[in-house]
Amino acid sequence: MEMDRPDGRSPNQLRPLACSRSVLHRAHGSATWAQGETKVLAAVYGPKAGTKKNENPEKASIEIIWKPNTGHIGQADREHEMILKKTFESICIRTIYPNTTTSIVVQVVHDDGALLPCAINAACAALVDAGIPLRHLAVAICCSVTDNNCIILDPSKQEEEKAKAFAYLVFPNTTVSVVPEKSLQAGSDPMAHGIITSVTHGAMSVDDYLHCLERGRATTQRLSEFLRKNMEPKSTREASKAG
Amino acid sequence: MSVPNATEDLSSEVEVDAFRRLFPVRYFERHLSESIRPDGRPLKEARDTSIFLGSVASANGSALVKIGSTTMLTAIKLEVMTPSLETPDEGCLAIDFHMPAICSPIVRPGRPAEAEPVVSKQLSDTISSSGMIDLKELSLVSGKAAWMAYLDIYCLDADGALFDTALLSAVAALSHVKIPAVAMNDDGKIVLMSDEDGKKQANEQVNKEKRKLTLKSIPLSLTCILHKSYILADPTAEEESIIETHVTIVLDTHGQLVSLYKPGGPVLAYTSAIQDCVALTRQRVKELKSFLDEANSAMEVE
Repeated sequence: MEMDRPDGRSPNQLRPLACSRSVLHRAHGSATWAQGETKVLAAVYGPKAGTKKNENPEKASIEIIWKPNTGHIGQADREHEMILKKTFESICIRTIYPNTTTSIVVQVVHDDGALLPCAINAACAALVDAGIPLRHLAVAICCSVTDNNCIILDPSKQEEEKAKAFAYLVFPNTTVSVVPEKSLQAGSDPMAHGIITSVTHGAMSVDDYLHCLERGRATTQRLSEFLRKNMEPKSTREASKAG
Repeated sequence: MSVPNATEDLSSEVEVDAFRRLFPVRYFERHLSESIRPDGRPLKEARDTSIFLGSVASANGSALVKIGSTTMLTAIKLEVMTPSLETPDEGCLAIDFHMPAICSPIVRPGRPAEAEPVVSKQLSDTISSSGMIDLKELSLVSGKAAWMAYLDIYCLDADGALFDTALLSAVAALSHVKIPAVAMNDDGKIVLMSDEDGKKQANEQVNKEKRKLTLKSIPLSLTCILHKSYILADPTAEEESIIETHVTIVLDTHGQLVSLYKPGGPVLAYTSAIQDCVALTRQRVKELKSFLDEANSAMEVE
């Protein structure tokens, strides 16, 4: 089904991605992530000593501070904080530094659709920049279902508002490892097919949701490659320029 | 983690309560291997649900819902207001979820619980996404007067599955709410019609009699927790604190997926797990719809 998107993209095409690491000098790790016009800046401070009152002192705790681009902090921001906290708690290896707190500050620079996935990608890049031990990386994507039941990826704000429903999905990064494929599987699905987080908006049929999952999975390969390329240390690139 | 052998030896000597507090995951897993949960329920069964409509007499609509021990009280108050310029013939619905200190020892007065803004936002998103309420029904006089419905949900006892109970109680209250009869008086203001009807001829009747809202498709939900390869439906607070992966699925009565909410968690959800959870939710939605219909018909008889 041909789908005319206002910016001329095909249904499966993502907006141009841009990621820069170590943008802030005082933070232990930082990154900006831009998907088209949506841009988010994430900074990581930690691990710092001590945990908050209700947290388990036997594990490292993750604290998220979400800063919207305009206005006071409202319910939506608290919800985003909780979603990010739970997502990153499952990614970070929390048994390594017990009784510490790692703070991730997420600042929304510009919101043009797919804000939560952009923030998750930025925070993940910032965690890598800070050197926090992670079990695996996370890639996040937004899929939306339009009125004529077409599934489009990475919608802009306009497309999100017109869509019947949309889903933010977070998948674990496809791992590149020396371990044989079989050991990474759980049952019949490879590890990269499970979702870490899913937040949906609007009503869609269950089949539409399952199609969104499939499309999302197929795209995580591209996002993972982009993320890994960005993770390469800057020094090797500079060394190759010198040499 | 202690060596497995040491715990096995300890478990035969340590008292059950102590074992439950010290090794909650192992206590739980011992039950799971027998396909049962600490409170005796089978894995896929939800707790007993009861709905009481009209518990708050002074409100326009109210419902008290209990799922197991989790109790939520919803009250709806309607107030007349001027609609906004962008939507002159639509009313407004404001949903607020409160967790007062009575509901749980973790919640202290003065400091809102962590779950509060999250459940509140989830509820407003779900009710607006499902398209259950047509805001045009809340309009009185286009451009001049419309109803503002304040939906307040109070958690009286927090024992797991907060979102499910809150959604059910909001939906039950909305199905019970009666819009009062009002008339517009000479000053152009909307006043409540009293039973006397003395000045009826002078007033323009805007809303002749008490009417209920038409609900298009009712969203109902089920929260499941995932642990290794087990899926458990309707967790209690103790289970929610041990197992960190929760999935909340909201389906409406037409079978559409209104929300699939999985906020992180160590267990990844594969397609098979999602399909199992959706099937459990479908069953539960049928059950809940029948409870709701029963409660509504009981009210009408009165």
